[in-house]
Amino acid sequence: MNNDLRAICKDIRCDIMTCIGHLGVGHIGGCLSIVELLAVLYYEEMNIDPANPKMEGRDRFVCSKGHAGPAVYATLANRGYFPKSELLTLNRGGTHLPSHCDMNLTTGIDMTTGSLGQGFSCAVGVALGSKLEKDGATIFALVGDGESQEGQVWEAAMFAASKKLDNLVGFTDYNKLQIDDTVAKVNDIAPLCDKWAAFGWNVIDVVDGNDVDEVLAAVRKAKSFRGSGKPTMVILNTVKGKGVKWIEELGAGNHNTNISEEQAEAAIREIRGED
Amino acid sequence: MEMRAAYAECLAKFMEEDRHVVVLDADLAKASGTRKLYERFPEQMFDCGVAEQDMASIAAGLSSYGFKPWIESFTPFATRRICDQIAISISYAKQNVKIVGTDPGISAELNGGTHMSMEDIGVVRSIPGVVIFEPVDETQLRAAMPVLNDYYGPVYMRLFRKVTPDVFGEGYRFDLFKADTLREGKDLTIFVSGMFTRDVIDVADELAAEGLDVEVVNVHTIKPIDRETVIASARKTGAVLTVENHNIVGGLHSAVCEALALERIPVSALGVADRFGEVGKIPYLREAMGLTKEDIRAAAKKAAAAK
Repeated sequence: MNNDLRAICKDIRCDIMTCIGHLGVGHIGGCLSIVELLAVLYYEEMNIDPANPKMEGRDRFVCSKGHAGPAVYATLANRGYFPKSELLTLNRGGTHLPSHCDMNLTTGIDMTTGSLGQGFSCAVGVALGSKLEKDGATIFALVGDGESQEGQVWEAAMFAASKKLDNLVGFTDYNKLQIDDTVAKVNDIAPLCDKWAAFGWNVIDVVDGNDVDEVLAAVRKAKSFRGSGKPTMVILNTVKGKGVKWIEELGAGNHNTNISEEQAEAAIREIRGED
Repeated sequence: MEMRAAYAECLAKFMEEDRHVVVLDADLAKASGTRKLYERFPEQMFDCGVAEQDMASIAAGLSSYGFKPWIESFTPFATRRICDQIAISISYAKQNVKIVGTDPGISAELNGGTHMSMEDIGVVRSIPGVVIFEPVDETQLRAAMPVLNDYYGPVYMRLFRKVTPDVFGEGYRFDLFKADTLREGKDLTIFVSGMFTRDVIDVADELAAEGLDVEVVNVHTIKPIDRETVIASARKTGAVLTVENHNIVGGLHSAVCEALALERIPVSALGVADRFGEVGKIPYLREAMGLTKEDIRAAAKKAAAAK
């Protein structure tokens, strides 16, 4: 590992808190849970160039759980796609950083997502496109666990396996919570590893999806499956709201929650380990 | 020739010329007339199985990668079933996907009410950014296909897939955004889309013998509607009738009324009267829904008398 991924994760988390805190409300829980994945992809594993965001043959990341836009924006800004000052425009009228990812508004975003389930299918289309172009790209696509209740996710799963899209690496942010309650209580998706395996995917189960070393190892393993003739799903067992105690303790209440600037500042101190 | 055969010939030509043209099916390639192209274009044709939502979003993903996807299904499954995918994956995301729905309205015949889309134009018309086109015959379809293929952006084509009576002849010049005036008149304008167009022309010819001079305009593109032609013709004749194989709510009638909202001109409607379809052959369905040639003639007389 060349980059100090732990420090990068702290920076991304703090910027998430800054931009959502500045606005006063946002999808905090599902942003904080995926920070390690974003750091690993954008700083270590993806073939990308922030100076040339539309580079031919680049690897692509599709955030199908589009409401985690602020986490992706914080990562893109840290990586140099656009100035960090722009993060403070999140969800303001006329912004380039809307709540849900928009490929036509934000530099570095490759797919418009937000209506759950659709982004994952789009990513399958992108992976098919890359195969047809024979450009060697890897397509990474993140679904939420609540999102996995959408039938379209499983339609896409079938098609990707059927077409042997081994250039596609999926991730599930398995934080076990959704808006109304726990995923298990609302409409359980377990056993998730078995489901993806049954759909013809390689499956990697990451016990702690907020441990950057585990995530890095899993992504590298997933990439090594190219040539297997199967797409790969990495199940990230994560904590919704990871890194800020009171947000973690909100449980399902942290999906979209109010936050004051003072709370955000305190959260940043907690993330930095200054409390 | 069947419309679907002409359509498939056009697609084959596009695929031959451009490897980025791709066609996606949801287990209805046979119905769409494209099944036999799978062997010829194995890297350009993809059957998604019975998964229309997946098909629509995969097409959007392919478009984002520089491909020019066409997706196909029966009209209800190509529209109301995938309304959100058309809205978000395709149009909101500004993707270049052509959506083809076959067997519109009563032409679904023996598949009956579940497959008989009376609302597809209404569903798609309320989504920003999608062009809606319904060809009336093989000549118009063949003229339109290259235009659609070259147009960047979502288009919904409502395709009657069997043989249609000829409306257009040699020398037809197609403009996607201009309605075609098929017959000039001064007493009444009939705006017609789709499968009843030939009948409307014939009715107009018959009514001329009775002294009623009817103008007939084929509105092949329902969105964006050619407001200029619609308003000019309506002002000229002072009375309007719309004829369509679709619910009166949300289809051609609604589009024409919107264009004429500030004109003090009566607009009468002949179409499906806000009801679901049912099983049957076309002659029975036309009787059952009040869409026979006689119904068109009676509606035209009544519409002309309304001014």
